[in-house]
Amino acid sequence: MTNGDTSNVLAARIAPGGGTVQEDNAAELARAPLAVRGLTVSYGEKPAVFSVDATFADKAMTAIVGPNGAGKSTLLKACLGIVPRVAGEVRVFGQPLEAARHRIAYVPQRASVDWDFPTTVLDVVRMGLYREAGLFGRFTGRLDTRARKCLERVGMADFATRQIGQLSGGQQQRVFLARALAQEADLYLLDEPFAGVDAATERAIVDVLKLLKAEGKAVVAVHHDLATVADYFDRVFLINVRRIAEGTVAEAFNAETLAAAYGGRLAATHVDELVLAGPLT
Amino acid sequence: MSAFLDAVLLQAGYNAALVALGATLLGFAAGAVGTFLYLRKRALVSDALAHATLPGVGLAFIAMVALGGDGRSLPGLLLGSALTAAVGLVLIQWIVSRTRLAEDAAIGAVLGVFFGLGIVLLTVIQTFGAGRQAGLESFLLGSTAGMLRAEALVIAAGGTLAVLAIWLLRRPMTLVAFDPGYAAALGYRVSWIDFAMMGAVLAVTVIGLKVVGLVLIVALLVIPPVAARFWTERVHLMVWIAALIGGASGYLGAAISASAPALPTGPIIVLVAAASFTVSLILAPARGLAAAVRRQNQFQRRVHRRQGLLAIARSEPIRERYTLKLLQRESLIRPDGMPTDNGKAAAAKVSRDERRWEVARRMHQDAGLTGRYDGLTPIEDVFAPDEIREFDRRLGPPAPVRG
Repeated sequence: MTNGDTSNVLAARIAPGGGTVQEDNAAELARAPLAVRGLTVSYGEKPAVFSVDATFADKAMTAIVGPNGAGKSTLLKACLGIVPRVAGEVRVFGQPLEAARHRIAYVPQRASVDWDFPTTVLDVVRMGLYREAGLFGRFTGRLDTRARKCLERVGMADFATRQIGQLSGGQQQRVFLARALAQEADLYLLDEPFAGVDAATERAIVDVLKLLKAEGKAVVAVHHDLATVADYFDRVFLINVRRIAEGTVAEAFNAETLAAAYGGRLAATHVDELVLAGPLT
Repeated sequence: MSAFLDAVLLQAGYNAALVALGATLLGFAAGAVGTFLYLRKRALVSDALAHATLPGVGLAFIAMVALGGDGRSLPGLLLGSALTAAVGLVLIQWIVSRTRLAEDAAIGAVLGVFFGLGIVLLTVIQTFGAGRQAGLESFLLGSTAGMLRAEALVIAAGGTLAVLAIWLLRRPMTLVAFDPGYAAALGYRVSWIDFAMMGAVLAVTVIGLKVVGLVLIVALLVIPPVAARFWTERVHLMVWIAALIGGASGYLGAAISASAPALPTGPIIVLVAAASFTVSLILAPARGLAAAVRRQNQFQRRVHRRQGLLAIARSEPIRERYTLKLLQRESLIRPDGMPTDNGKAAAAKVSRDERRWEVARRMHQDAGLTGRYDGLTPIEDVFAPDEIREFDRRLGPPAPVRG
């Protein structure tokens, strides 16, 4: 099946009958840094992500928000092909995943790896260059400069030769971000980049991400802290296994959508506070 | 002793030299391959793999005899053992991915069943006329007596292939071991890379049957990497350190066993490897036990020294015996507990640095710098002299210590 075929079939399935909607949808799929249609992932027979449509915009920071077990991380992993999908289509800059994989940089959850691994900070950043260097390419000259620049951008240049186990949580997260930066990608997918980091690191990461956005890149992050959604992000994607809401923070992040995503798990007054706090700051 | 020296210098006869060479190559390959197995946290899978070779040995013997062959041909037996080991490996993967059983349960099940089946086959073969002299049970613990040149060549070929695969795929294997999710996101086929790694492990296991046997091959795959881990913080060094430890263990072990008639080669090699592990555990510079104890003592000394000097600065009595001993050893106090001139100067410095730190923390809100304030790091290590002069300017002139 060629590219054009897929998008048409998908678009037709999503917007049956509506001619303009169909065209918009097709155009969106061809353009957006990341678009998924009908994405379903399940562990066993319990769906973790069910029939989700999502379109992530360029020149924007999007937060994926939802309660624990809502499928936020799974959505990212399915977009990257790390977990197999039961059904659905993933498009990256209008292309199938494999054709555009080199344009994506991924920052996994910090807790997903063993930090006692025998490797140094610079070695970890070099991992982001493995695809470019190939099996035998040496990390000298251009690639070495790039790796060190990325460490500088996250304020970790002085730590290049440290064993990664000696780093604090915030420093580990910065190293992971530097590794993603080294890929010089156009789409950045981050899984809980602010989990368990100190305030200075949170600030530093936000600054780097905002700079990426200013360069025209797309940034998508799984985010847990509802209080900072409006401060850090332009757009929000609310999920609880199914898609709840999607749009700019002003459009899609309000008491109604949060209640729909979190159900009874979030007190109504709490929701009002969060949503009121957002635009005012 | 001279028998051992002869063996070390490869002067103990053709067979001994052949065994030493084979054992060295095997240990080298096992160390290099085992490094990635250990980093991927799959070390125990290799034990199941090794035990699953046994039915293959039996089946290959039966097949070769049935076809009118010798039945003892080493390449044939190794091929059979590789086949059933691969089946065992696939079975473990299948159990883990298709059932709710954890990997350790799958390993236990496959190891036990395949080993049991192998023993049954070997017992049955004993009843054959030709089976009595087959000596298949030597695959359990290895047997190097009468090792042939062709057999040494099989070990050399298999070991070289395994090391070559590791060397070619060292980057993807490192990545998959450290962060499989990121590896998959970059487009590496994690299952293929795992497959290649297990293929190398299989090769080492099969060629190790003759020298150390299936029960102990896991030790050669695990011990050298674990020992090497003590000496380095970089994967690419760890691979070669483990290979050298493995190779040296193989060589020394073979030499020791050749120096006396009743010493079994495989177990001796494993014991030599274990000795190298023990030495690494205790003596390694950064991660070893001795270094950890030394660091702990140093830390304790610095804490006591600082508190003693602060007490002097505040003209408070020092009661802790260890602190008194420490200060006296450095001639900072006299035997009667009164500070010497050196002691007063040191006390003034410590209490001044303490106040400098207070100023520093007010001036620098950056957690990266003041986060290093632990009362023990010298302020000169964190701030430049001109910065410290600035703290002093704000503090005013130093106060002398009385006493």
